[in-house]
Amino acid sequence: MGLDLRKPIGIFFGILGIILVVHGFLTRGDPMYAKSLDININLIWGGVLIVFGLLMLIPALMCKEAPPEK
Amino acid sequence: MTRNPFPDFGQLLASTSSISLQGVDIAILLIYVLVVVAIGFALKRYMKSSSDFLTSGRSIPAWITGLAFMSANLGALELVGMAASGAKYGIATCHFYWVGAIPAMVFLAVFMMPFYYGSKARSVPEYLKLRFDERVRGLNSITFAVMTVFASGISMNALAKLLNQLLGWDYHWSLWICSAVVLIYVLKGGLTSAIYTEVLQFFMIVLGFAPVVYLGLKDVGGWSAIKTNLAEVAVNPAAQNLNEKVFTQDAWTSAWQPLLTGSTHNPMGVDIFAMVFGLGFVLSFGYWCTNFLVVQRAMAAKNMTSARNTPLIAAVPKMIIPVLVILPGMIAAVLGNMQGKNYRLPQAEISADKYPAIIQALKATPVKAEGDVAAVKELSKKLGDASGVTFFEPKLAALSTSAATLDDAALKVAVQDAVSNDYDGVILSLVKRYCPTGLLGLALTALLASFMSGMAGNVTAFNTVWTYDLYQAYFAKNKSDDHYAWMGRAATVVGILLSIACAYFARNFNNAMDICQLVFGFVNAPLFATFLLGMFWKRTTATGAFLGLLGGTATSAIFHGLTIAVGNNPGVKGAYFGLMQTFPSEMAQNFWLATFAFGVCFLLTAVISLSTGRTKTDAELKGLVYSLTPKLVVENQPFYLKPSVLGCVLLGICVILNIVFW
Repeated sequence: MGLDLRKPIGIFFGILGIILVVHGFLTRGDPMYAKSLDININLIWGGVLIVFGLLMLIPALMCKEAPPEK
Repeated sequence: MTRNPFPDFGQLLASTSSISLQGVDIAILLIYVLVVVAIGFALKRYMKSSSDFLTSGRSIPAWITGLAFMSANLGALELVGMAASGAKYGIATCHFYWVGAIPAMVFLAVFMMPFYYGSKARSVPEYLKLRFDERVRGLNSITFAVMTVFASGISMNALAKLLNQLLGWDYHWSLWICSAVVLIYVLKGGLTSAIYTEVLQFFMIVLGFAPVVYLGLKDVGGWSAIKTNLAEVAVNPAAQNLNEKVFTQDAWTSAWQPLLTGSTHNPMGVDIFAMVFGLGFVLSFGYWCTNFLVVQRAMAAKNMTSARNTPLIAAVPKMIIPVLVILPGMIAAVLGNMQGKNYRLPQAEISADKYPAIIQALKATPVKAEGDVAAVKELSKKLGDASGVTFFEPKLAALSTSAATLDDAALKVAVQDAVSNDYDGVILSLVKRYCPTGLLGLALTALLASFMSGMAGNVTAFNTVWTYDLYQAYFAKNKSDDHYAWMGRAATVVGILLSIACAYFARNFNNAMDICQLVFGFVNAPLFATFLLGMFWKRTTATGAFLGLLGGTATSAIFHGLTIAVGNNPGVKGAYFGLMQTFPSEMAQNFWLATFAFGVCFLLTAVISLSTGRTKTDAELKGLVYSLTPKLVVENQPFYLKPSVLGCVLLGICVILNIVFW
């Protein structure tokens, strides 16, 4: 199939990551983080998601043309 | 550690109470829906023929089919069920992965995939047609088609119920909207869409649940704390309503030792033979090697090497996934054991208006002595009738004695404490405990994704079997490909409508649903014997296979009718013909049933095959039977990438895992 799945996965998790990081930044110090043992898990995990998204997206963008199927 | 007999759980009884989603959680949910629909539309232009739609035109790279292969089985029911078993049985639950799945997946890759993929069959039933005849295919395709519809109905009912209870959304709207989303992306992108979203779902589950597991581990204090606490749980499991028996300290934390000492010494109630042969061989090989739902993913791969690598690639995450699905259950049992964590395994909550009747029943049915089984049973039944929930019987004797001394408020707490655990709520109780807004959206979306992709997987398997194995075979032979492509789409719509109907059926007739699942279990238990003999013994005849399969299914039904698990009453749970054998647990009953069904099917097929004439010549069976197929030459592959070598490496790692958690 012509659609490189790494692109939608990369974009999807990239966007989720950005949302979580922004949300985590805006709510830093919020008492709700007592739930996550006083860790701002949104900020940290949002970062992880962004890194994962880039790991999917960058190789997909690097190989512009998929090698022809044999 | 001694425990206060009736701790005050206050807010923690909120296991069924709802939570509210914030804007950010909803946004994550909506983006997911948007992305899966967008993938469907992006794939639309590649859907030209019926095979593009139904079999992905055999064009997908191995890493995608591999992850989808694993993910098709990692549905929401698996997530919920494995966490439940993790709490209930501890690390022995990993046998479903390390004894069950991995060897079967390696076997599929090394030995069976060449026949499925090489025979150019478009489905597992079609392989049966090529190898045997129309009867065997008919039997297999009809049961399979009905089963997929039921499976997706059960899954959608669970989803809608969950959204209803957890978020307060309307049941009907939840059911129809989620189904509509699945319909849109499957209709646009066919099997490819389903496979792509399964991969997406796999990453969602890993990335959505990993932080929950991490926080849980941190909260309880790491693996060593889990071991110490579970040792305490094992010697007194009744404290958390886990089990009425007492076990050795390692019962929850070592995978093999409690099994080796016999079925009464482990919480699963399973002996080593039932575990290794019943689960590890019969049930697992039957599921992973013959279930079209998973095999279809491998058959969509772009070439033979990719097809054979699909189960091997799937085996890698499959080995590690217990960390995400079983460990949370164990963490829940640990939290419940730690005082000050304010956690209790989820239970059904008794509504306040039921208490007068319950307390009356409690006082009217005194249990004189601790070991008075008949009196406890009677009390349990009366309390159940009065409350609508089931009770953990070992606690009822103490409850009965204390009924005279405690005041009503304290008694209510004690009664609620004696209610049986609702293990299916374990994973959600942890999500609620650890996830602040934001992460909550991620975890819930992961759960929703697994429900929806479960439906998509079933529907894509259903439409293929319907179109190629039933419609083309029996109703309309020799039509144009456009016609079958159209039928594939129509079957998708019908499949989803039938699933919705099944969801309502499951909602209203829980018992009928249990019976249906039971019957499917009967059909599936002997199936692997048919494939094994068919693929590896050219003398197997169609009549032998057909009658063997029927005989095996009948054996399952008879076996189930003559046996029962401890604590169950004769009826749906077994012993409807009479009682010959009692097993320590339903799981043991199930494993032994599979063993017997397999054995009978194997013997019957072999004996009947020998006494009937062959209908297919050696030439016709080329590519379908092991001994008649030229050895596959794997060209341009370094030796370490050969499926057989990779398979051995995976099995080696699996053995090491078993030894580490011995």
